[in-house]
Formats: sequence, C-alpha cells, structure tokens
Amino acid sequence: MMTLFGIPTAALFGQLLLGLINGAFYAVLSLGLALIFGLLNIINFSHGAQYMMGAFVAWLGLTYMGANYWVALALAPLVVAAIGIVLERTMLSRLYKLDHLYGLLLTFGLALIIEGIFRQLYGISGIPYAVPKELAGGWNLGFMYLPIYRAWVVIASLVLCVGTWLLIEKTKLGAYLRAATENPALVQAMGINVPIMITLTYGFGVALAAFAGVLAAPIYSVNPLMGSNLIIVVFAVVVIGGMGSIMGSIVTGFMLGLLEGLTKVIYPEAASTVIFMVMVVVLLIKPAGLFGKGA
Amino acid sequence: MLKKALIGAVALTALTAAQAQAQYSDSKIKIGVLTDLSGTYSDLAGKGAIVAAQMAVEDFGGKVNGVPVEIVSADHQNKADIASSIARKWYDAEQVDAIAELVTTAAAIAVREVSKEKGKIDLVSGAASTALTNAKCSPTGFHWTYDTAALANGTANAVVKNGGKSWYFLTADYAFGHDLQAQTERVVKANGGEIKGAVRHPFPNSDFSSFLLQAQASGAQIIGLANAGADTINAIKQAKEFGITQGGQSLAGMLVFITDVHSLGLETAQGMMMTTGYYWNRDDETRAWSKRWSAKMDGKMPSMVHAGTYSSVMHYLKALAAAKTDDGMKVADQMRALPIKDVSGFAINGKIRADGRMVHDMYLAQVKKPADSKGAWDYYNIVRTIPGDDAYQPLADSKCDLVKK
Amino acid sequence: MTTNSVTSSATGPNKGVSRQAIFVGILLAVGLIAPFAVYPVFLMKGLCFALFAAAFNLLLGYVGLLSFGHAMFFGWSAYITAHAAKEWGLTPEIAVLLGTFCAAGMGAVVGWLAIRRQGIYFAMITLALAQLMYFVALQAPFTHGEDGIQGVPRGHLFGVIDLSDTLNMYYFVFGVFALALFFLYRVVNSPFGQVLKAIRDNEPRAISLGYQVDRYKLIAFIISAALSGTAGSVKSLVFQLASLTDVHWHASGEVVLMTLLGGVGTIFGPTAGAYLVVTIQNYFATLGSWVTIIQGVIFVICVLAFRAGIVGVLRPFLKKRGIEA
Repeated sequence: MMTLFGIPTAALFGQLLLGLINGAFYAVLSLGLALIFGLLNIINFSHGAQYMMGAFVAWLGLTYMGANYWVALALAPLVVAAIGIVLERTMLSRLYKLDHLYGLLLTFGLALIIEGIFRQLYGISGIPYAVPKELAGGWNLGFMYLPIYRAWVVIASLVLCVGTWLLIEKTKLGAYLRAATENPALVQAMGINVPIMITLTYGFGVALAAFAGVLAAPIYSVNPLMGSNLIIVVFAVVVIGGMGSIMGSIVTGFMLGLLEGLTKVIYPEAASTVIFMVMVVVLLIKPAGLFGKGA
Repeated sequence: MLKKALIGAVALTALTAAQAQAQYSDSKIKIGVLTDLSGTYSDLAGKGAIVAAQMAVEDFGGKVNGVPVEIVSADHQNKADIASSIARKWYDAEQVDAIAELVTTAAAIAVREVSKEKGKIDLVSGAASTALTNAKCSPTGFHWTYDTAALANGTANAVVKNGGKSWYFLTADYAFGHDLQAQTERVVKANGGEIKGAVRHPFPNSDFSSFLLQAQASGAQIIGLANAGADTINAIKQAKEFGITQGGQSLAGMLVFITDVHSLGLETAQGMMMTTGYYWNRDDETRAWSKRWSAKMDGKMPSMVHAGTYSSVMHYLKALAAAKTDDGMKVADQMRALPIKDVSGFAINGKIRADGRMVHDMYLAQVKKPADSKGAWDYYNIVRTIPGDDAYQPLADSKCDLVKK
Repeated sequence: MTTNSVTSSATGPNKGVSRQAIFVGILLAVGLIAPFAVYPVFLMKGLCFALFAAAFNLLLGYVGLLSFGHAMFFGWSAYITAHAAKEWGLTPEIAVLLGTFCAAGMGAVVGWLAIRRQGIYFAMITLALAQLMYFVALQAPFTHGEDGIQGVPRGHLFGVIDLSDTLNMYYFVFGVFALALFFLYRVVNSPFGQVLKAIRDNEPRAISLGYQVDRYKLIAFIISAALSGTAGSVKSLVFQLASLTDVHWHASGEVVLMTLLGGVGTIFGPTAGAYLVVTIQNYFATLGSWVTIIQGVIFVICVLAFRAGIVGVLRPFLKKRGIEA
C-alpha cells in the first residue's frame, strides 16, 4: 500500500474527497444563507429543513410518480422554493420592520414544524435512495477508489456555485440585487419592485438548499434529521466567512470541508469539532469573519 | 408510592378480592411495552413487539385470575432520559406493573435503574449488553432474548475458524457497541486472532464512508460491525459503494436481524454468518406462531426480539397467576421457578439464572444464496444449534451481586 | 416598561408592596402545597425548566441578547453535578454548587467570545459554541456518550435530609428555585439592572454615558449561565440522570420558546412558559414527534401574533392592582 507522510494514500485522498463533498454542501448552503441574509437581513434557520425537503421531494417523486433522479434534481428545488415563497409572503414579510431576531425565531419554529411532520410520517431511521444508474459504480484510480456519484456531487456543486456567482456579479439582475442589498430604499425609488426581488431571492436561496438536498439523498439516505445537524455547522461556516461576499462563502465552505477531511486522517476525534474551533480562532483575530466587512 | 397506595385503598381492592383470592394492587394488570417506534431499531423491535405482547395477552385469555390485563406502549426514541422518565411516570402514576421489550442498551439500563428502585419487573428483549446481567443486574430484572456474549460466542467463533484472523471494528458509540466489541475481541483473541483497531461512530449514523476508509486503511481481513439495525445496513451498503468488499476485506455483522437481511436483500447479504435466538422457519411450531404474527404485521416475519417479547410476556403472565400477587419480588421468584414453555417455539431448553439471564438455545445461521431461497423471508440455513450454556457467559463469571459465590 | 413599574412601586410603596407581597405569598403557598395534588416529578421538572428560562430571560429580556446555546450550561452542569454526586460521593448541595460554578466559568469564556458580535451573529456564535460543547460531551469519557450518567444518587442534603424521599426532593428544588428567582429579581431591579436595560434600549447611548457596555454584558452573561447551570444540576439530581438531551440544541430552542411564550422581560413569565411547555411534553411524550410540531407552531404564533407572551399580556391588568409580574 502506498503511503504519503506515513498515511496510506487511499485513506488520505479518500478522506479529502469526503471532505470536499461535505465542503460542497457547506458551500451551497452557506451561499443560500448569505444571499437571503444580504437582502432580507434574516438568518434562515429553516434552511436545513428545506434541504431535507429537497431530498424528500426527490424520494416522494420517485416512489409515487416514478420521477427519476434527474427530474428530481430539476423539479425538487422548484417545489421547495414555491413552498418557501408562500412562507415568505404569508409570514416572514410581516417581520421585516421588527428586530431581525424575530426572523430567526420564526424560521426556527418553521424548521421544527417541518422536521416534526416528516419525523411523524417517516420516522428517523432514514430511507434509502438509490444512486442513479448512470452514476453508479466507481473508478479505481490506483491510489484510491472513487465512487462516481461522489465525484458528480463535487462537480455539480462547483458548477452551481460558480453559476450563482456569475449571475450575481455579471448580470443586470445581479446588479439590481447587489444595489438592493446596499440600499433598498434607493432601488425602490428607481422603480424596481423590491418586495418581489426579496421574495424571489428567498425562493432562490431555498432552491439552492433543496438542490443540495437532492444531491445528498443517495449519499446520506433520506432522513428527516439530515438538515438540522448540518445547518449548525453551516452557521459556523457563515460566521467564519463573514456574510460579506458570495465568493467568500463558497470558498470558506469548500476549505472547511477539506479541513474537516484532513482532520479525520490526522486526529479523527476532533473531526466534528474542528470547524467550531476555527470559528473561535477567527472570532478572536477577525471578529467580522474572513471575508466580512465591518463588525 | 403514596398516590398508588391511595388509589389501591379506594374500594376497588375489595371488589377484586371478591372476584379472586389473588392480591393485585389495583383492579388491573398493566404491562408497558417501551420500544423504538420511529428510529433506527423500529423494524427489528417497534410495533411488532407491541403486537407480540398483545398476542401473549390474548393467548393467555386476557385475564389473570379474573383480573384483566392491559398493554400500554410508548416510544423511547432510543434515549435513556426519555425511557427513564416514561418508566417513572408509568410506575408512579399509571399503575404499570412491568415493562417489556426495551431495545437499546442505554434505554434499557435507564429503565432497569428505575425498576430496581421501585421493585418492579422488567423484561428486556431488544437490548443486548451483558451489563444487564452483570453490574446492572436486579432481582426483578430479566434479560430474555440474546446478549452480546452469545453473539460473539456464536458469530466471532465461526468467522475466526473460517480464517478471518485479523479484525477492525466499526463500533456504535454507546454501551451496546462498546460491549459487543469487547465481547467479540475476547472471542477473537481466544481463538488466536488479532485486533488491528477500532473506530467509534455516532449513534445513529447515516454516512459511514469516512469510518470505512479508516477500516480499509487498517488492512484487516475482517471489518467487524459492532452496531445494529439501520446502522449495520448502511455500513454494509456503503462498503460495497467504496469497493471495500471487492478489495478483499469482508464484513462481519456481529448483530444482524432477519429484518436487516430483508432490507439488504439476499444478493447483498448472502453467505453472511450470524447468531440468532429465533428463526421463524425452523420448525412447525415456530412457523405456526410466526404466521399468526405475520398476519397482523402485513406479511413481515418476526425477528428474535419480537418472539422474545412474546415469550417473556407470556412467562410473566404465568408467574403472575402462580404468585397470586403483583408484588415484584414474589412474581420474580415464580418466574425463576416455573418452566419456560410457550407456543412460539422460543426459549428451547430455557431457564432463568440468578443474575436474571434467561439462558436458552441459540442458532448459528448463514444467509442463503438467492437461488436457494424458497419464498419470501426464507433466508437462513441453520448451521448449528448452540446449547444455551455454551452460548452465554458462564454464571461463575458474572459480576452480578445476586450470584452467590 | 420594567423601568416604569419600578418607579411606580417606589412612589406608592405601602399599597403596592403589600399587594405584591400577597401575590408572591399566594404563589409560594401554591408551590408548597402543589406536590400533594400533582405528580411531584412533573412539578420538579417544571421548576428546573422554569429556573432555566428565568436565567435565560435575564439575557434576552433585560440585555436584549438572544443566546441560542444556553443548553451548554444547563447540560454540562448536569453532567458535572451527576459525576460529582456519583463518582466522588459529594453531598447534593456541594454538587449543585460545583455545577453552578463550572457553568459560571464556561459562561465567562463563552460570553467573552460571543459579545464581540451583536444580534444575529451573537445568536449564531452561541449556537455554534454550544454545538462544540455538545460534541465534547459526546466524546468525553466521563459523560458516557449516548448512555449518559445514570443512577445518580440524590444523596442527603447537608448530610442529613434524605433526598430520595420525593417530598424532600421537591422542597429542595422549590427552595433553590425560589431563592434563585428572588436573586434574579434583585439583580434586575438593582442599579446594575438599570444599566442593562439602558444597554438593551440604546447601546450607543449607554456607551456615550460612559458605561463599559461589554463588561456589563459579560457579567449578565455569567449570571445567566451560572443560574442555567443551577437548573441543570438540580435536574440531574431529580431524574438521577445526565444525558445528551440536555446539551442538545433542541434544549437551547426550548428555553427560548418557554421565555417567549411566558413573556420576555417579565419576572414570572418564564415560569409560566416553562410549565406550559413541560405540560405539552408530558401530554404528548408518547406520541413521538408531535411535541416538536406543536412547539414549532407555538413559536410561529408567538413570533407573529403574541410577542408579549402570557405574562406580558396580563401585566397591564396586574399592574393596575399594584402587582409587578
């Protein structure tokens, strides 16, 4: 068996790959959180629940309507975003004039409801979702065995992240969005419908979460609790990266995933806590976060 | 206690006494089935255990010396604190006389503490740890279906003798997993095998990939799965995804239930060795009982936990009738004295020891090839019968303080 | 609001104080006879969570800081008390004090880190730090992971009073609760408490008045953490068990819910909220995740339409009668 720095390469690269996959989920989720935060000034606590709903919509579609993985990947984000938009219009929009903490509490409550309903219906043991047959199997790279599906997850997330970044930084729509984030009143005065932009942005952020949920379904199996534990890590990622930039949250997500993977090789006991420890260090050195502006 | 005494004092006792000479502290016998109804272990225990307990009550006639028997149930979600507070509430405020099933060692031990304090009977079926008949033993506590020692003595012995000498463990990180790993290590070493290491995973867990990579890196021939239920199923499936089984390492599930084999499918599970306390398709008696159970459970077949729950509740009812009281200590004495025999075909050569262990014959089974299976749920070949005294920890080794040395 | 009530009771002391005394006296009497009517273990659970919520309320209601990680103090103190009572054989009062001190120490560190940021960031940082401590609890050997510390002896209070007797245990818990609530009441109505409220209402103004805002926030955080710790410590003795449930983020969310439902920034609100939530848990405990769903619904209703909470709604009515609730 080949080794690198005294560690078998299969284990090292394997763990780094798994870290990269986790990082992909962190990136997509923190990207959505950052988008929503930028315009709505709320932290969407139900983000994890919406990620879970993405996975469930995929599974329900497959079970009851025969919709395969690829259909689910396209439709589940739309379905979950539609639900998100309804929630934003009927509930969240009433809170914009209040302390932003109420938005956090409301979305926390929504997360409990969604999670509770799915737990009540499907239990917590998790429902398997098969890897689509186009992506089944794996490549033996010599130094490690790479399941094709996991490679696909990394690539799909990267494309999604870069696409979102381009959309916001390089298009006119993105320019409106950035302007509204800076100064909503001024943008409204220029004749742009800011409330609709807010609603659509929330929907888009939720759709990102649901997309990640569909990607996750074949790996983690479909489980009502899959989002709630992940979302807290993503919060830490967001604190580390700062809410300032889109690219910042993407880069931070992937980097922290890799770091977690590396920790699993070097000191597995710390793997679940390493991101939180990084957060503590960042808070001490740069309270606004690595990419954050101001305090 | 106070409340219970008050209720007991209220008129009803007179009525009961008139119906039968027996002394039951309220006009009812209540058996609580405390199990996992929504989580990782809900297939192998869960609703099926409640059904089994109800069957026992029906088969017994629904009454003990004229006093009606009722089954109540609750979901402990595999959490010790929830189990403990439900048990306390049942005993203190709802006149429950005994608690049965109790999958998940952490929950079972929590209930054992409460039952022991209150002098009530517990009938552990689903939980596996030998702690229940060692440090945590109780004069009114019974461990019925199987335990980690029996699993290790059965499965690990067979695997090592088939050439699996070096082991690496994937262990569920709680009392059950630790105990199962320790018991297996004991057997592996006694047979000249070698332990390469172990990694503990959270319970419950859905993604085993990073743990499997650690196991792969260890180079051990056998990856021992010291976990259960959905955890075992996920680990086996993901080992396939990461090419571990193709790479020459094999997996040994130290605790595999027939429900797990059903989820995995014979294609994946074929050839696996396992130790079980019950197999529905073993003889006419087991088939007859299992088919009755199956009719109530949408055609599924019972796991050993389901059959064990039936058997333990049935035996408890017999002891209640013989003791003519629901006093925990007196019923426990009767349980130890009476022969164990019921129509499920469970507990062959069964007897209860001083430490609360119900010792009975266990079976070493191998999963059939898909071609050899003659129908739904026809999954096992029974390789050999392990006599109870060989399967379980010898009484002399028990650390239970009830065992006279 | 709270400022007003203090000044009003100062201007009309006789009548106000006596009505207040009668009100508090009635509550005390109810607390003393309750175990003869209601299942004592349920009452004790309620008291532990009421204390937890009251401690949490000091931060949210009087400093305006939303901590989403208070379970770490609650749960970790439970572990420490359970370990001290079981492994070291300490008497219950010492074990509880030890749990409280450890929570205060943790509170000092966590507070020092978290008050660097405000608002939503503060909430997320406390949540993340609590999750860190959750994983430590999961892996540290002495907590016994998923099993928890079980079979914790209740012991003899001061070496003489046997707490394994349910009634003795109840009065011990009730005494701790009453003392802690009285202490919180004094803190809130002290000059220190006035500064906290000034920070809550307008932080820049408090800074410009020359207050070292961060120091005030930190002290409030430590008090809140310490009393949350007391609640967790006592709970571990009541249930003779310390487990991961109490360090999980769900517990952090529950305490927010109790405070919100009862009335943020009120004295008795958290108690009312705690009993309501515990009652719901008790009722639906055997029905799986209905508890979670109902809690979520209450959250949503509270945030959208019931932001004052139960006691907050009753408060003007009580205040007319000279009672500060």
